[in-house]
Amino acid sequence: METVTSSERVLDVLATAEGWRGSGRDVAIATVMETWGSAPRPVGSHLVVDSEGNFEGSVSGGCVEGAVVAEAVDVIADGKPRMLEFGVADETAWRVGLSCGGRIRVYVEKLD
Amino acid sequence: MKLETLKRLNTARDAREAAILITDVTTGDERLVLEKDGYAGDPLEEELGKRFRSGGSGMVRQPEGGDLFFTVSVPPPRLVVVGAVHISQALAPMARIAGFDMSIVDPRTAFASEERFPDVPLYAEWPDVAIPKVGLDRFTALAALTHDPKIDDGALTAALAAGCFYVGALGSRKTHGKRLERLRAAGVDDAALETIHAPIGLAIGARSPAEIAVAILAEVIGALRRRGMAGETVA
Repeated sequence: METVTSSERVLDVLATAEGWRGSGRDVAIATVMETWGSAPRPVGSHLVVDSEGNFEGSVSGGCVEGAVVAEAVDVIADGKPRMLEFGVADETAWRVGLSCGGRIRVYVEKLD
Repeated sequence: MKLETLKRLNTARDAREAAILITDVTTGDERLVLEKDGYAGDPLEEELGKRFRSGGSGMVRQPEGGDLFFTVSVPPPRLVVVGAVHISQALAPMARIAGFDMSIVDPRTAFASEERFPDVPLYAEWPDVAIPKVGLDRFTALAALTHDPKIDDGALTAALAAGCFYVGALGSRKTHGKRLERLRAAGVDDAALETIHAPIGLAIGARSPAEIAVAILAEVIGALRRRGMAGETVA
């Protein structure tokens, strides 16, 4: 049986997370858990972040990644998972640019 | 998430096994459910069944409080085409664009040549030899296009037995009638035979090989979406 092709694997966020952790990097995984209205990435989308702020994947169309990465670095530091919410009504979200009118909840957890 | 859990999830994904990771977002507790291991009697059996069928990840609110997130991973769809024919040449690039991993089985080496099918995995062998190598599963579609019962029948039987989400066969109603008689005589039950899409393809009046390929691909996509399997799984 054939497995997924290498090109898919390269862009695969969960495989990247495993690879980064395996090479000794501290890693957090962010997951889009709920969306309302217009949201560019579907529920279940992932972003992987390391303690240096390097990341792969996406949880929006690029609108809130910066904020999620910053929170993820904190999650890596204290080990506590947290739920982030971004929406057009939220001042932070507006500032970071979730201007599409949607609202998303993103769960960020450390990969132990 | 524990690295051990992630490794098990990734291993399941590589092996084309459906898996669901349940995360309690209040406590951070998690557990992984593999479809092949079964989940009958699981307190979340109904929800697990629904999500294995739909392929969609999502939040589940517990009546007694607490939110559980289901990360659902079902394999990307595949299309196995039996018959390295003219229709298949048109179908190969279309299927790739639509997100299917397509492979071709045809024991006739004059048909199954790399020149005719660049960049498509080719199995120039009889289906009874090739199909076990390809590995059919519930996330695979099979289209039999050779018009030759010696080649098509065995592949169709294998596809029905494997629970492929789509099984289609080229040929007129009359041809299909004879095919059903042969397969019935070979011991395939009527319920399975009724699931074969024949004549193959959506009825769009397709004439050319490329148009027939469009009709077939559209029918395959229809079968995929009706079973509710989300194309995008774990991103």
